[in-house]
Amino acid sequence: MAERGTDRIKRGMAEMQKGGVIMDVVNGEQAKIAEEAGAVAVMALERVPSDIRAAGGVARMADPTIVQEVMEAVSIPVMAKARIGHIVEARVLESLGADYIDESEVLTPADDVYHMDKTEYTVPFVCGARDLGEAARRIGEGASMLRTKGEPGTGNIVEAVRHMRLIQSQIRKVIGLSKDELMTEAKNLGAPYELLLQIREEGRLPVVNFAAGGIATPADAALMMQLGADGVFVGSGIFKSEYPDKFARAIVEATTHYEDYELIAKLSKGLGTAMTGMDISQLEGFDRMQDRSQ
Amino acid sequence: MMKIGVLALQGAVREHVKGLEAPDTEVIIVKRPEQLEEIDGLVFPGGESTTMRRLVEKYQFFEPLQAFAKAGKPVFGTCAGLILMATDVVGEPGGHLELMDMTVQRNAFGRQRESFETRLSIRGVADDAEAVFIRAPLITEVGQNVEVLAEYNDEIVVARQDHLLSCSFHPELTNDRRFHQYFVQMVREAQAAVNV
Repeated sequence: MAERGTDRIKRGMAEMQKGGVIMDVVNGEQAKIAEEAGAVAVMALERVPSDIRAAGGVARMADPTIVQEVMEAVSIPVMAKARIGHIVEARVLESLGADYIDESEVLTPADDVYHMDKTEYTVPFVCGARDLGEAARRIGEGASMLRTKGEPGTGNIVEAVRHMRLIQSQIRKVIGLSKDELMTEAKNLGAPYELLLQIREEGRLPVVNFAAGGIATPADAALMMQLGADGVFVGSGIFKSEYPDKFARAIVEATTHYEDYELIAKLSKGLGTAMTGMDISQLEGFDRMQDRSQ
Repeated sequence: MMKIGVLALQGAVREHVKGLEAPDTEVIIVKRPEQLEEIDGLVFPGGESTTMRRLVEKYQFFEPLQAFAKAGKPVFGTCAGLILMATDVVGEPGGHLELMDMTVQRNAFGRQRESFETRLSIRGVADDAEAVFIRAPLITEVGQNVEVLAEYNDEIVVARQDHLLSCSFHPELTNDRRFHQYFVQMVREAQAAVNV
């Protein structure tokens, strides 16, 4: 009689995170700081994206010890990353009891052609997208939540802004198309036709879409909310800043009250140094994490 | 025209707005305490209870919300909202807003993989109401003045204390609007009582 792992449960879980901030953490202590600051969930990782960049080499699923340590430290949901296409890493994380899996380009892809069939899992998945075609393909594969790819670990918001604006503008275009124009749009976007039809009818994506990849300040978080994000992921930004605790609280408040500029001004005072930023044009080839999957 | 607010600090706000729609009802998104003065009933949506709790305190909602409930205005809490309303939370020193005389246990069914959906018999609402439980809490004990409206596997999942209503699942995630409309009726009745 009771059903598990339905779309409604998996997508609903992400709906409950709306308006919130999901923070990257690498141990139980950081997870507690995040929870105390008001994070709606944490992402348990071995290294934050900026350290993954610095370390180079192959980035894989975190050591299960870290995921378990974080799960024991907090009562909010715990997410974890699996490599793109790595069915076994995903199953391992599911068996550990992770509440959400990020099939993530931040890790080195295990499959350079295919993403996982996420409909097969009880645990919900979040995936990155740069445009509506990518977003629709991931939903078609069973993703229950989306996030912009941005350019992780750079502290540079420009790519997340680009991806969010593009997705929103493509949604608006789809809403305005007549039905006979929709199939060609599906072909051009590389998107499943039925999903575009649904987006056109409902006027929005069928899953929530968070902003991720380069959010480094409270104002960045508020910017992404204004551009239509349902919430934000903050990766390296928090625990690479000078005062993580204060920083985390400021980002949570700026996300809730993203149109209250006086408040954001107050929140932005005396936060210390934000993470060091990076110009995206310095990145080439494989260092551009967003280009690692289609 | 009645006005029903949805507390919009974090969580599934839009879905509640849809469920509450009625010809005689205007639904308002509540982000600031002063907005409580203009509404006749309030919904605490589902979301993350620790996050909502922090934001309630941060934005001086704590006392205005308690005063709102004390004034006899109906309040409906779903999932995280239920946790905010309870007088006691298992494993924690006390409750939060402490509006309803009951003890709740957070994440009572386990982690996300244990989340489920089912149909429930809710007294006064329906025999087959759609119920989506996501990392849901349970009501482990209720006081004398609290009426149990639904149970799942002999555990309490819906309770009412006069003008206060709470449930451990998410009616807002379904197209089944009967439970929301039950609350809308509670607000109507509370208003009629004031106007008499």
